[in-house]
Amino acid sequence: MPLIEELMAGGPVLLDGAWGTELQARGLTLGEIPDYWNLGHPDRVEQVARAYVEAGSDIILTNTFRANAIALAGHADLSKLDQVNLAGVEISKRAAGARARVFASIGPSGKLLVNRQVDEASLRACFEQQAGALAKGGADAIVVETMTDLEEARFAIEAARATGLPVVACVAFDSGKKKDRTMMGATAEQVAEALTEAGADVVGANCGNGIEGYIPICARLASATDRPIWIKANAGLPTLQEGEVVYGTTPGEFVSHLGDLVDAGASFIGGCCGTSPAFIEALRARLDA
Amino acid sequence: MAVLEELREAVLTGDKDRAVEVTRLGLETSIDPQALIDDAMIPAMDEVGRRFEEEEYFVPELLLSARAMKAALELIRPLLADTGASSRGCIVIGTVKGDLHDIGKNLVSAMFEGAGFEVVDLGSDVSPEAFVAAAREKSADLVGLSALLTVTMPSMKSTIEALEAAGLRDRVKVLVGGAPLSTDYAVEIKADAYAPNATAAVRAAQELVGGRAPCR
Repeated sequence: MPLIEELMAGGPVLLDGAWGTELQARGLTLGEIPDYWNLGHPDRVEQVARAYVEAGSDIILTNTFRANAIALAGHADLSKLDQVNLAGVEISKRAAGARARVFASIGPSGKLLVNRQVDEASLRACFEQQAGALAKGGADAIVVETMTDLEEARFAIEAARATGLPVVACVAFDSGKKKDRTMMGATAEQVAEALTEAGADVVGANCGNGIEGYIPICARLASATDRPIWIKANAGLPTLQEGEVVYGTTPGEFVSHLGDLVDAGASFIGGCCGTSPAFIEALRARLDA
Repeated sequence: MAVLEELREAVLTGDKDRAVEVTRLGLETSIDPQALIDDAMIPAMDEVGRRFEEEEYFVPELLLSARAMKAALELIRPLLADTGASSRGCIVIGTVKGDLHDIGKNLVSAMFEGAGFEVVDLGSDVSPEAFVAAAREKSADLVGLSALLTVTMPSMKSTIEALEAAGLRDRVKVLVGGAPLSTDYAVEIKADAYAPNATAAVRAAQELVGGRAPCR
């Protein structure tokens, strides 16, 4: 049975939560590139991956979100990029063992095509390089995530598909008065159609919105595609409390929306900014109840 | 009249080639260059801002209009040099230390240029020292600080403190922007203003330093 169907056979599939804040809690400082900890502090990265496996994730991601040649140009030693991606997959696989699958993360380039900050050929080349290294490391699938531009997403999906692995593609809905558009103005329906047409096996959304905000978006995505839906929501929207930025949603509140999200059509569910292993543990307990 | 209307339309629809062509035609037919700006481009960019806030326009439309305006302005600028109206002020902009995200900053930068400001873009992951050096060297009127990550927001505070320590704070205004920010935070770190989006950033810059001299 193909991997995606196999995973879905048992009901909603549980993903992981945020990595950045977990790495900071283990000493990642401002200005350090998180992905390069795969080489410098593989033990600490593995602790994060392991925390999610132990919390009950069926799928964990990899610490490779920014490890592409365009995003890191001028900020990191690009000659180590393949090693960073390979190590990212290896670390997550060690933590997962036989208990979870490893879906390797590809994030956006951080540059815009529309004003020619980057061209199509360099985008394709950068995603091909990263997807190739992630596949070589032994990932079970590739997740193209937090995309803002559907054209860039398409290049990443095509590069990921070329590895032969299953591909998940998701975008961030963070714009517009109702926060139901991408930064480039695309609607949920347009996103679902474009990602499906580009060949993603699973489509969805991550970051940008809290779990409540993603319930109607999830329903709209599901209405516009026959592919399974993937949702990784933030723990609410960030607010400022005594000079500290906090995501207000608690694990209990997050879990209280789980049923509605499943009813709206989500098959793969996890957390993004502001979530932690405690959120995944709470989701696991509710799914198993 | 037709030229002004066509130029307005070209900027509004982000048609750079047409904006340049119409501007050239206008200049050849001796239309007052200042009128091209005041009666065509600025109303067009105001309408772009309105459409953005009404969600008829999104980032791509904003970028294309700003690019069309900038290209047309470049033809007009040399003709205005004597009157001192060639720039609305000097802005130094960058994403703060520790933050590599520059899409929002680039968008705001393009909108500033479209609005007639001179912009010195320092890129992303910019240290407080680099902001201070550029603000001093360019004799900037405004420093624009951007952050996407909540963890890099404190870098905004340290940059403002560095400007203060360098004795520049009384002649440089500070505008902050980025997804995790708020007016409360801007007040707390003693910025002069917070802008929730690119068109609001232009409005804030015009209010804070509109009509100043170009960069040195």
